[in-house]
This record gives sequence, structure tokens and C-alpha cells, in this order.
Amino acid sequence: MRLPSWLTQHLAALRALLVFTVLLGLAYPLALVAVGRLPGLHDKADGSLVSVNGTTVGSSLLGQSFTDKDGNPVPRYFQSRPSAAGDGYDPTSTAASNLGPESVVDTIAANPDDSTQSLLTQVCSRSKAVGELDGVDGRRPYCTSDGVGAVLAVFHRNGLTGPITRVVSVNQVAPATPFISSYQGVPVELAKPDHDYVAEGGIITPIRGDAPAKPAVPADAVTASGSGLDPHISPAYAEIQVARVARERGADPAKIRRVVQEHIAGRSLGFMGAPAVNVLELNLALDKEFPVR
Amino acid sequence: MTTTTAGIIFILVLVAALAAAYKPFGDYMYRVVSGTRHSRVERVVYRLVGVNPAAEQSWGVYARSVLAFSAVSVLFLYAFMRLQNHLWLSLGFPPVMTHGAWNTAVSFVTNTNWQWYSGESTMGHLVQMAGLAVQNFASAAVGIAVAVALVRGFARSRTGDVGNFWVDLTRITLRVLLPISVLGALVLMAAGAVQNLSGGTDVTTLTGATQHITGGPVASQEIIKELGTNGGGFYNVNSAHPFENPTTWTNWLEIFLLLVIPFSLPRVFGRMVGQNRQGYAIAAVMAILALASITLTNVFELAGRGTVPQAVGAALEGKEVRFDVSNSATFAAATTLTSTGSVNSFHDSYTALGGGVLMGNMMLGEVAPGGTGSGLYGLLILAVITVFVAGLMVGRTPEFIGKKIGSREMKLASLYFLITPALVLAGTAAAFATGNNSTALNVGPHGLSEVLYAFTSAANNNGSAFAGITVNTPWWDTALGLCMLLGRLLPIIFVLALAGSLARQRPTPASEGTLPTHRPLFVGMVVGVAVILVALTFLPALALGPLAEGL
Repeated sequence: MRLPSWLTQHLAALRALLVFTVLLGLAYPLALVAVGRLPGLHDKADGSLVSVNGTTVGSSLLGQSFTDKDGNPVPRYFQSRPSAAGDGYDPTSTAASNLGPESVVDTIAANPDDSTQSLLTQVCSRSKAVGELDGVDGRRPYCTSDGVGAVLAVFHRNGLTGPITRVVSVNQVAPATPFISSYQGVPVELAKPDHDYVAEGGIITPIRGDAPAKPAVPADAVTASGSGLDPHISPAYAEIQVARVARERGADPAKIRRVVQEHIAGRSLGFMGAPAVNVLELNLALDKEFPVR
Repeated sequence: MTTTTAGIIFILVLVAALAAAYKPFGDYMYRVVSGTRHSRVERVVYRLVGVNPAAEQSWGVYARSVLAFSAVSVLFLYAFMRLQNHLWLSLGFPPVMTHGAWNTAVSFVTNTNWQWYSGESTMGHLVQMAGLAVQNFASAAVGIAVAVALVRGFARSRTGDVGNFWVDLTRITLRVLLPISVLGALVLMAAGAVQNLSGGTDVTTLTGATQHITGGPVASQEIIKELGTNGGGFYNVNSAHPFENPTTWTNWLEIFLLLVIPFSLPRVFGRMVGQNRQGYAIAAVMAILALASITLTNVFELAGRGTVPQAVGAALEGKEVRFDVSNSATFAAATTLTSTGSVNSFHDSYTALGGGVLMGNMMLGEVAPGGTGSGLYGLLILAVITVFVAGLMVGRTPEFIGKKIGSREMKLASLYFLITPALVLAGTAAAFATGNNSTALNVGPHGLSEVLYAFTSAANNNGSAFAGITVNTPWWDTALGLCMLLGRLLPIIFVLALAGSLARQRPTPASEGTLPTHRPLFVGMVVGVAVILVALTFLPALALGPLAEGL
């Protein structure tokens, strides 16, 4: 019996798929899993786990949060970057924030659970918090002193043109004080919950302010990574944390700084990537050399 | 060394490595696709599949073989995901829901690897390695096979045959993709990529919290994900995840791997038509467009315009410290210039114009250098359109590689070109018309960019995303699934039809009036045609999204 040609094609397709599934889907990955059991590769194939006194405390490739149960920084540890993975550094729900460069208006609802922060406000509030924790200037361009995005909704009489009739600081609600009292002669109001000032016709106008162009709190300290598991911070972010960690551990800052220097990984071959400090490895080294009594 | 200098050297070394690989690797692939001796393993495969490796196929049979293989693969993957809870290594995950399984099955078979799901919380290890990763090999090999069939159309004359799909599929997989993957996976493992079957390890962190360190056969999937320009990450965050891309040099290696096959295929073209200079011309078009795009992406990201990047002091949101801005931007440009779509940083948080360039890369039709195979056939179609445009200017019947571009050839090339813009623009319009754009995370022009990016990525089989948008709804899964399927298979049918019609022709000897297609003039014209066609098609849409946001 001869099968019709369309059917023979599909039979060949099915057989090809099954052959490839066995070869490429089972033999190939399982052979590599087997190779990964060899000494030398085995630790890495299993996720570069690190142990202290026989207890596994993490992976040297994955970042982790150095915070207490309430999410507050544990001051004796160098802090990792902000993370959008779950509640922070959760490998079972890796994620980035995905907020865009003009995410500057918060959604403020009467019920705080329905409120969401714009990326700008997240950056501003992180900068303020890091500044306070580490005793450096937390100000940034486009940020208010109370740590939200400095953004106005400007209303004109004729929509886009005409004299300004009203100005609202969209990310600030009572009892805050508007970050500037007036804009082009018009007094600035605070935002009220459950208002969409864009839909109401306001033109969104971020205000640069007079913060230094190069803020004291480094960029990586106020941004979430792509993976949410970034194991590194920049040498600059490590540097501003040295004084606090030294104080908490009762150690000489110069000695802490030396340990940090030892943990700066330079660029591969001198030109790939950027210098970075592995936070978990740094903190483990400090626990060993400068234990908190 | 400054950040910018390091970033420039990173790109230059990449260019040097690709240039060094062009000839030897292209020649190797040429021997793979044109050889007639079969190894013992290959003969066993042909016997199991039940095909005669010596039999040639007409374009119609070749196309039906591609379609049959794709159909069977989609059904198999769909069933695999729906039944994963009954299989080993499911890690306790439930069956994937119907619309999601459809979307993912199509996504991996079409070399798109668009992902609505988080791998670490949706797919068991068996589905990942024996389902999804198999298509990473197969879909890449299908793309190369179709490109080779088109080149045979140029190289052959007075024949109805364009090759044997099953032989091409097998040889490309076993001789090109698999050996490099084995070697590359070992390298990635040595750098720290995980490769095990573990469901993960719970650890107690230094401050007493619990962290679940995930496991899985990651290295074996990661390597073919880049080499085959697939892009579907084992984990949600793809190549930003330290277990997929542990170091700054694996990052370089992954970019090299996702570019090396598409950039070396013009050599195969040159060898097969017996004129290496034609291959150099095609590679030059790819290189000019790619370098321009990589440069622009770097410039926009390093300049860091926009309110949030200005407040931060750098466009660092969604990027890793170890990769920094420049190496992230280079990866992003490379992944959208090819049909890869893997990411080491999150495009949604890019500066408006930086993200706009990434969209533009895909809108070029992914031809610089494009996906494995699909880049070459896409660019050859553009070359055909270019000789036609040139022919109109001087009033001669256009020719390309000794073949006349008549009305049938031109119709097929035009249909090929029109499919993806039609899908992208109609899809984006449909999302807004039905209110499904409301699942975008960002508001204003950036919200439109998220929708436009999604359809551009799906229809061009890229797979990267402005990932803020929520797409695991029945409407989105269905719509994007259709775009991926039509955006892959219709162009393949037109390409194979074109191959058949070219193969039947007798060669036309070059005359004084023939436009030489290996000179800088022609290279410049193809670049111009590509850019102008994209600008005419997509400028209005781009003006409402990234341009409105960034200017």
C-alpha cells in the first residue's frame, strides 16, 4: 500500500523530531550533566555554592539581600543594589522593573495598596535612604528633598498654550511641602489622591533642581539590575559604605577599604565589562576578618 | 581605561573575531551543505527518518517538508507542555495553560523564542531540555536550510530541484550546531553556568533569610540559544542571569556566538554561486548596518538622555554592574540585529532613542546580519529588490547572479517584504482597537512603544521585549502566536518559491548593461534601499512611540 505523499512527509517529520529529541534533547544535555559531575566542574555546575562552617549560605554568582526581616539594611554588611526579583533577590521570580526613562508620575490612591511609585520616585527615595544610612549627600537631579520625583503638572488656559492657570506637584501629597512654592509666578499645589493630572490636561514638567550633576550616591545604588540577582556593586558604591561598616565592626576604615580593594574584580582581559565588587564574597571576608563581637 | 574606550575595544575585538571567522567557518559550512558523503551517524538518522539522502526535492516538496516538520513540532511541544505534570523533572509545576502552550510552541518552532512566562516558575527541566531546547537546534537548522535552498536557486540552472530538506536539516544540526554547542557549553560551565537536574537548593543567607538557589540543565540550553539565534532564556531574566551569563567574558562570547553564523553565511553564498566577491558584498551590507546600529545604541545609552537616566546619572536601570552600560548596549543591538532576542539587560528601561534603535533593528527585517539563515535570505530578497529598483532607473530587465528578475520573482520578493510590516502594523492597531494595549506597564508614548515592540518582535521572530507589558492573556498569546507563525512560514514559502523559479532559469551571461553586484556602489544601494523601505513603512509608528518620548 502506498501512502499519499502529504502523509509520508508528516511521518518523516514525526520520525525526524523523535530522533532529534532523543539526540539533542536527552543525550546532549545529559552527557553534559554527566561531565558536570567531574571534579573541578562539579562545584560550578551545581551553582557555585558557598559555605561557612559547613552551612551553605548562598551562591557566589547570585546576589542576596543584606537586610533584616523588616527589609531594613543590616548596617554591618555592605548592601547590594535594589532588586525587582520578588521581594528582592528571589531566584524563583527573577525580574527587572521594566519602567521606562520617562516613568516620573506616581499613582497616588487613597488606599496605599493601590498606589504605585514611578521609577523616578523609586530612584529619589533610594538615594535619600542611602544618603542617610551612609552619611553622604543623597540629593539628585529631578528629586525633591523628601525623596520623590520633582515633577509638576502645569495647566495652561488653552490646553498647550496660554497663561498658566494652575500647577500641581504630582508626587507630593499632604502633609508634605511643595518642593517649590511657585512656578512662573503661579503657586504650586500638592497632589490629591485618586487624581490623574495627565488626563486632566496637565503638562508633565520634571524640575531639575540644584542638586550636583554627579550625585554622591552612585548610579548602581539607586537602580535595580536586569536580573534582580546582580551579585555586584560598583567600587564607588562600596567606597561610600566603608565608613559605616567599619564603625559597626569596630574596625579601622583603612583596613576595611583594603578588603574592599582585594575584592574588586577588574575588567576581563582589561576591556570587557566594568570593575565590580562581589558583595557576598566581600561580606563573608569581613565576617571572617572582622567578626562582630 | 575609561568606560567608553573599553566599550569601543570590546566592539572592535568582536569585529576582528567575526572577520577572522568569516572565511574558515564559512568554508566549513559550505562543505557541510554541499557535501554528498554521509557519516555513519547521518546514515542511521536517514534510515530512522525513512528518507533517501540522494533524492532531490522540488521547491514545493521542500516547502511541504518544512511545513510538515513545523506542524509536527508545534503539536509535539504543545502536548509536552500540557502534559508536563505527568512527566519526570516537572518540579511540581502544573500543565501550561492552553493559550500559553500554543504561544510557546509556536514561539520556539519559529525561532522567535518570545516568552510570556518565567522559566523558573513555569517549565520543568524535561520540557526545557527535551522540548524547547530541541527546537533551538531545529529551528536554527531550518533557517539555514531554507537560505541554502535559495542560494541553490541562484547557483543551479534548468533544474526543478533545490536540495533535500531532511539532509540539510540533519547535516547542519550534526555538523555545525551540535559540535559547537558541546564545546561552548563546556566553556560556559567552566565559567559558572549551571548544568544539573536539581530542583534547587534552599540556603539560609547571611542575614537569616531563605534563598532558593535554582538548578537545571542551563549551560546546554544557553549555548544553542545564542548560536542558533533563538533567545529563549532558561530563566525569566535570560542572559542577565548570572547562571546563564556569569562573567564579562562569557558576555562577549555570547554576543560573538549569536553573530557568527549569520555573518559567515554570506561566505557560503559566495562559494555556492562561485563568486566569493558576491559574498563579501552581502557581508559588507550586513556589517555597515550592524556597525551603525551598535554605534547608535551605544551613543544613546552612554549619553543617557531622559528624566530618569539624568536623575540617576547613567542609563543603568535594568543593567548589571558587571556588564555596565556599553556592553549591555552592544548585546542589545546584536540581539535585535539578529533574530536572537536574548537579553543581558532590559530594553524597556533603555533611553527612548536607544530603545527606538533596537526596534529599528528588528524593523529592518533582521538582515544585519539577521537570524541563522533568515538573515541571509532576507538580505538576498533586499538585493533582488535593489537590482529591480536599479533596473527601473536605467530601463533594463534586472539581473542578479546571472538570473533574470522577472515579474514572478519580483512578486515573490515584494510579498516577502510586505508580510512583516503588515503583521506589525495591523497587530499594533488591533491591540489599540480592542483595548488590549491596557496591559502595558508604562503610560504615554512608552506604552505605545511596548505594544509596537511586542508585535515587531513577534512578526520578525526576534523574541526580545519591552517586558513591562503583560502578555499572558488569551488575546495576546493568540495574536502574537499568529504573528510569529505567519511571520516565519509565509516568508519561507515565498523564499522557496523564488528558489524554485530561479533554479529553472538558464543563466544569463553578464553583459555591458549588467549592474555589477559586488561593487561598493551596489553595497551602498542595498543599504539605502533597506533603510528607506523601513523608514517609509514604520516612521509614523515610531514617531508616536520612541521619537515622541525621546525628542
